[in-house]
Amino acid sequence: MNLTGAQALIKSLEMERTEVVFGLPGGAILPAYDPLLDSPIRHILVRHEQGAGHMAEGYAHVTGRPGVVMVTSGPAATNLVTPLCDAYMDSVPLVAITGQVPRPAIGTDAFQECDTVGITRSVTKHNELVMEPEELPLVVRQAFHLATTGRPGPVLVDVPKDVLTARVKWWWPTDEEVVASLPGYRPTVRGHARMIKEAARLIAASERPVVYAGGGVLKARAALELGALVELTGIPVVTTLMARGAFPDDHPLNLGMPGMHGNYTAIRAMQEADLLITLGARFDDRVTGRVDGFAPEAKVVHVDIDPAELGKVRRPDVPIVGDCKQVIGELVRVLGGGGDAQADRSAWRSRLSGWQERYPLHYDPPAAGDALKPQFVLEALRDAAPEGTILVSGVGQHQMWASQYWRFTEPYSWVNSGGLGTMGFSVPAAIGAKVGRPDRTVWAVDGDGCFQMTAQELVTAASERIPIKVAILNNAYLGMVRQWQEMFYAERYSEVYLSPDLPDYVKWSEAMGCVALRVEDPDEVQPAIDKANAVDDRPVVIEFRTDASEKVFPMVPSGASNSDVVVHPSQAGDARKVVQ
Amino acid sequence: MKGAALNRHPHHHTLTVVVENRSGVLARVSGLFARRGFNIQSLAVAPTDDERFSRITIVVDVRETDPEQITKQLFKLVNVVKITELAPADAVERELLLCTVVADADTRSRVLELVGVFGGAIVDVGYADISVMLAGEPAKLDDFEDLVRPYGITELQRTGRVALPRLERQAPRLRTTGKAS
Repeated sequence: MNLTGAQALIKSLEMERTEVVFGLPGGAILPAYDPLLDSPIRHILVRHEQGAGHMAEGYAHVTGRPGVVMVTSGPAATNLVTPLCDAYMDSVPLVAITGQVPRPAIGTDAFQECDTVGITRSVTKHNELVMEPEELPLVVRQAFHLATTGRPGPVLVDVPKDVLTARVKWWWPTDEEVVASLPGYRPTVRGHARMIKEAARLIAASERPVVYAGGGVLKARAALELGALVELTGIPVVTTLMARGAFPDDHPLNLGMPGMHGNYTAIRAMQEADLLITLGARFDDRVTGRVDGFAPEAKVVHVDIDPAELGKVRRPDVPIVGDCKQVIGELVRVLGGGGDAQADRSAWRSRLSGWQERYPLHYDPPAAGDALKPQFVLEALRDAAPEGTILVSGVGQHQMWASQYWRFTEPYSWVNSGGLGTMGFSVPAAIGAKVGRPDRTVWAVDGDGCFQMTAQELVTAASERIPIKVAILNNAYLGMVRQWQEMFYAERYSEVYLSPDLPDYVKWSEAMGCVALRVEDPDEVQPAIDKANAVDDRPVVIEFRTDASEKVFPMVPSGASNSDVVVHPSQAGDARKVVQ
Repeated sequence: MKGAALNRHPHHHTLTVVVENRSGVLARVSGLFARRGFNIQSLAVAPTDDERFSRITIVVDVRETDPEQITKQLFKLVNVVKITELAPADAVERELLLCTVVADADTRSRVLELVGVFGGAIVDVGYADISVMLAGEPAKLDDFEDLVRPYGITELQRTGRVALPRLERQAPRLRTTGKAS
């Protein structure tokens, strides 16, 4: 069968069971958009290529399937750099197709030419410039294989225009041919049996263990196995920002999120633990605080599919390279098969519950006439959220409050930008999540600063009838920066004020085809949320005017040890006694 | 001389990295070193006996970076097929030096004598200078450099080291050869 390169490309995407492509056409990718008209693949036309990338990420987060992006060369490719880096940091499977100038023009500084593979090399798991039209199907298959296996990540395929217009003989490589074509790529999935036994021995002997669950648990689809491990051993769990939902928040053994803005008990438990059972987590600086002061007494079992994570920050006592699902399942089997008796942990559990009682998340309720508390808004959104709601957030204070105050009860119900911390992530990511799970309510919680970065994608949502819901916590500030300036720069506020009224979020959202509401009074919160939840045919935006002086607590100051966690001022008196 | 000091007090490890012979692979490897802040002392690329693969020999200072982390990060590159890490004691290391030395009528015989002592070869002769090739252990090349420098070095190039693992010293036990059953 003879096809054009463009037809072979679209057919390859179909063969990889692509349901939807997020993209925006342009000169170099033009030939690929013609066969798309005849394809069952849904294309979502974005307003900015960055939006396409984050939509693909949101789609991948909630479905577990790779998100697919297609854009043209030059500026379109450079606009994709941020979402590629975001996906790389958070191990999100993405396949990005970029157009490139025709092969004879490469290197001549042609119109809309840029060195896409050079620019994206350090923000992709792998990338490839296709110089032989015959290789297109193989390169697409390799891209899907690389994006979804091992440690997932973004893979970019750069296709020159004349490769798209060339005639090619269609072939579809077998699995074996794909594997054989990547001689340097053999991810280790099965954990080492002796190491797993050694881990089980340490677990059984530990008196103050904590399960430190990271995003890798979700990537490996290992929430069930994690649950089985916790039920079997009774060991408490912390779920990192990337792992929220991997273990239900309403379970008594869930201590919440660790790290810079984590729950006091989660932070403290890790500091005083004698064993960290680290599952698909990477000792990120936002979790560890100052590394040499982190969990000083803990031995470490570290399970990760990426060998480079073992020993990168903290040297593990028992390193296990492997897929979390496989390894945790095996651990459960070894631990459940008798052997060593579990140590007595009743003292540990009672200390934990003591901290939980003394240091719950806390905010002061507003005095009459004061501005809305952002935490109150989140609680109201949470309590009114339909079963199975997916929560998406941007980056900053609202993200931390969202993670703190939501109650995640199932995996894949939380989407955010953890590693790269990309402001503007939430609106497009929520659109992608809603495309992936149209049966679910999708709420995006956003800050006013974030919203202004990518709000134009609401036009995409309105025109494509993707009814997401957006809650802007408008405190008229770049809130997290404001918080740091208040706490660490003697209240010298530098370039953080944004204005509550400029832009007019209601008019702007209406202009983009959304239902828009503004809420300033606590009594208006519930009715507005109910109204938003009832809208099902277009996007909704609620602008909540919130208290700019509200800060995120607890907080581990940057560069400090986790032992120096700062709790809410109203709890500070007795905190000192506990921490000494 | 930083390089010379390092050769005499070895804190380096040699990584021989077999990569797919494709365009952009060297950029991936060097980009990774830049991105992760790993320092390269020398880097040499050459084809292997199998045309699908090339071999990159990289020398890194292990006082600054954990070689295990370098190896693991390199392995994450899809085009990297095999890595051998060699500490100086485990490796046979060689390097090639080409240099042009001032050698006029007064000094020529002394320079030639030095080249002879070191087992080098004259590869070009000019009116007042000669070009020398010398292959050997990096420390020996350092010594040669130091000794000819007073005569005047006008050009000098070194390839960076290549290495092979040291071989087993013990004789293998004799095996009885018998009829294949």
